[in-house]
Amino acid sequence: MPRILAKETLAPDVVRFWIDAPAIARKRRPGQFVIIRTDETGERIPLTIADADPAHGAISLIVQAVGKSTHKLNRLEPGDTILDVAGPLGQPTRIEPGMRVCCIGGGIGTAVVYPIAKGVRAAGGSVAGIIGARTRDLIILEREMSAVADPCLVTTDDGSYGRKGLVTEALRMLLGEGYGFDEVVAVGPLPMMQAVCSVTRPLGLKTIVSLNPIMVDGTGMCGGCRVTIGGEQKFVCVDGPEFDGHQVDFAEVAARLRAYREDEAAAMDRYRAEIASA
Amino acid sequence: MAKKITQKVKTPMPLVDPDVRRHSFGEVATGYSVELARQEASRCIECKNMPCVAGCPVEIDIPTFVRQVASGDFDGAFQTLSAKNLLPAVCGRVCPQEDQCEKLCTLGVRFEPVAIGRLERFVADYASACHLPVTCLSPTSHVTGTGRKVAIVGSGPAGLTAAADLAKLGHSVTIFEALHKPGGVLMYGIPEFRLPKTIVESEIDKLTGLGVDIKTNHVIGRMFTIDELFNELGFDALFIGTGAGLPHFPSIPGVNLIGVYSANEYLTRSNLMKAYRFPEHDTPIVRGKNVAVIGGGNTAMDSVRTALRLGAEHAYLIYRRSRDEMPARAEEVEHAEEEGVEIVLLAAPTELLGNEKSRVRAMRCVRMALGEPDASGRRSPVPIAGSEFELEVDTVVFAVGQGANPLIRSTTPDLPVTKWGYIVADPATGATQKPGVFAGGDIVTGGATVISAMGAGRRAARAIDAYLHRLPARGHVAADVFIST
Repeated sequence: MPRILAKETLAPDVVRFWIDAPAIARKRRPGQFVIIRTDETGERIPLTIADADPAHGAISLIVQAVGKSTHKLNRLEPGDTILDVAGPLGQPTRIEPGMRVCCIGGGIGTAVVYPIAKGVRAAGGSVAGIIGARTRDLIILEREMSAVADPCLVTTDDGSYGRKGLVTEALRMLLGEGYGFDEVVAVGPLPMMQAVCSVTRPLGLKTIVSLNPIMVDGTGMCGGCRVTIGGEQKFVCVDGPEFDGHQVDFAEVAARLRAYREDEAAAMDRYRAEIASA
Repeated sequence: MAKKITQKVKTPMPLVDPDVRRHSFGEVATGYSVELARQEASRCIECKNMPCVAGCPVEIDIPTFVRQVASGDFDGAFQTLSAKNLLPAVCGRVCPQEDQCEKLCTLGVRFEPVAIGRLERFVADYASACHLPVTCLSPTSHVTGTGRKVAIVGSGPAGLTAAADLAKLGHSVTIFEALHKPGGVLMYGIPEFRLPKTIVESEIDKLTGLGVDIKTNHVIGRMFTIDELFNELGFDALFIGTGAGLPHFPSIPGVNLIGVYSANEYLTRSNLMKAYRFPEHDTPIVRGKNVAVIGGGNTAMDSVRTALRLGAEHAYLIYRRSRDEMPARAEEVEHAEEEGVEIVLLAAPTELLGNEKSRVRAMRCVRMALGEPDASGRRSPVPIAGSEFELEVDTVVFAVGQGANPLIRSTTPDLPVTKWGYIVADPATGATQKPGVFAGGDIVTGGATVISAMGAGRRAARAIDAYLHRLPARGHVAADVFIST
């Protein structure tokens, strides 16, 4: 069973794990994800592989505790095992040698964008980074992004750190300064990705987004992660998770993410009560 | 001298009362008692030509095991069954015997055939309750190890059967399963009330007892490609039995509304993830009050009966042809109706309508008439203009078939597939056009039955064994490569 090698808190409720998973560490490419299950009654949850260290047979996962399953995961400590880890899943990011990319991460989305930025650099390309969050505490991976991106801009909605404002304003600024990009990769909350797309669409600037819908098996069997891309049905687990942002039906993705909202809230309340009584 | 027939119909299978079972995931059919089993087995007229055997895809010696049941030799009957079938408790429950062994039964020419399936189940359950060992699987009966390594991709009925046969022949067998539990469709697809999961688990335990290594969470095509299994992990041959593929949804508006599922997702949530036990289990499922399941096969029946058990007040089965064309087993249709499933024939959805929260609230359908026979030989449904009607629903499940999974074909360019993406394999041997690679089950045939997949697994195992014996002796032993997540 995959063992947790290290754990570190990156932001409130956001944890980085390093997990012993040699075959996945060796095989995974930027953009891919794993599906994990913490225990016998647990859900299967998809998580992007944030980084890998093939020499030590480890992968890193960055997890924001939002519901019961991610809270359970984030309570695990080094030395604990994770019951199931399956992957790598999904299509790797398409990285062309020497490409110029603007990598934009919003909140926990930076954990998804970082391995892509690193992959672009490894392929001899150049990366401009923009990482944003509501407030200073929620900015993650600034050091890691700065190591692969130049420039690496930070924005906060409340101005508590970096530039005050949204990532789209930083993107407009870079474009205004004459930065040329072959493509933009934007990962974060759906409204952020949509906003980036509305900046790049009039410019005809190719924009890749990574979608994180509800999934069950992650191998193409159930169709729960279906999305509409340019009017066509796609399964995020086998066709994605990255798609041309200008083609994504974001409203549908957002609606489908709310499918189990009440159940999730009830499960979380129950879990909190269990923890409190334990 | 001909045996006198005293009982013209099958001994009825004891069933849980429909009003009780429609609210319970407990098994519907409770199985024969010793007395009922012997009574039914003694209906066999022991005809000379034994046509039933030819109807069994895994070649069980049916007359012998039935005779053993009649005489009360249940251990002997179990050994007869197990010699050919590793999963008798499964097959006794889910095989369509009425289209196979029982269809050919001599007694069935004039009366009802011997209930071979029910007897198979009885013997398997009896053996399990008494912890009878499977002597044909005991370590002493193992042939010497051949030193050959075979990889089985997928742990459904095809893969399990191939694995057992190859292990018995002395090969070293590793099964790679993408999900967290082995069993494939037996675990994620067929519901608890028709096939209890503890039964599947105990049947699979027999395999591990044979020395078969089962690796769960191994997604072949992603973690290792087919070529890597040969070149890096040192396998000598492999069998692909990856089963079901991407579910189909009709091209009508509204299929992505909340509350709309493929049968694969609906059943996987309920069976594999135990969503019916939410919140004790974490995976949720929409518990609809008015559920419509579209389709006429066994998967549709399993889905609509699951809907009832999840608390549906109305569970509709919408099928575009008439009852005669329904591919589901008659027994399943009968059980579904007894439980209160409302079957709507000759109708098909044209549009799903949502509310302001993007949840499905209604389904618009059109009535159908049967036209000329189509390619399948069945009369094809033709929409009747102006016959549209609306059904109030909050859950819709599509059980209308599936395409082929792309994970292996997209990473194995030299493995020929049909234009629908199914692997091209010789039906007699499972051999594909890629040397050392064999395939069988739904990934070759498209959606079929558990037993036909098992038959394919058996034929492939035979061919793989022959292939391995033709391979030149190995100059070196491949390094034991570390396989793990």
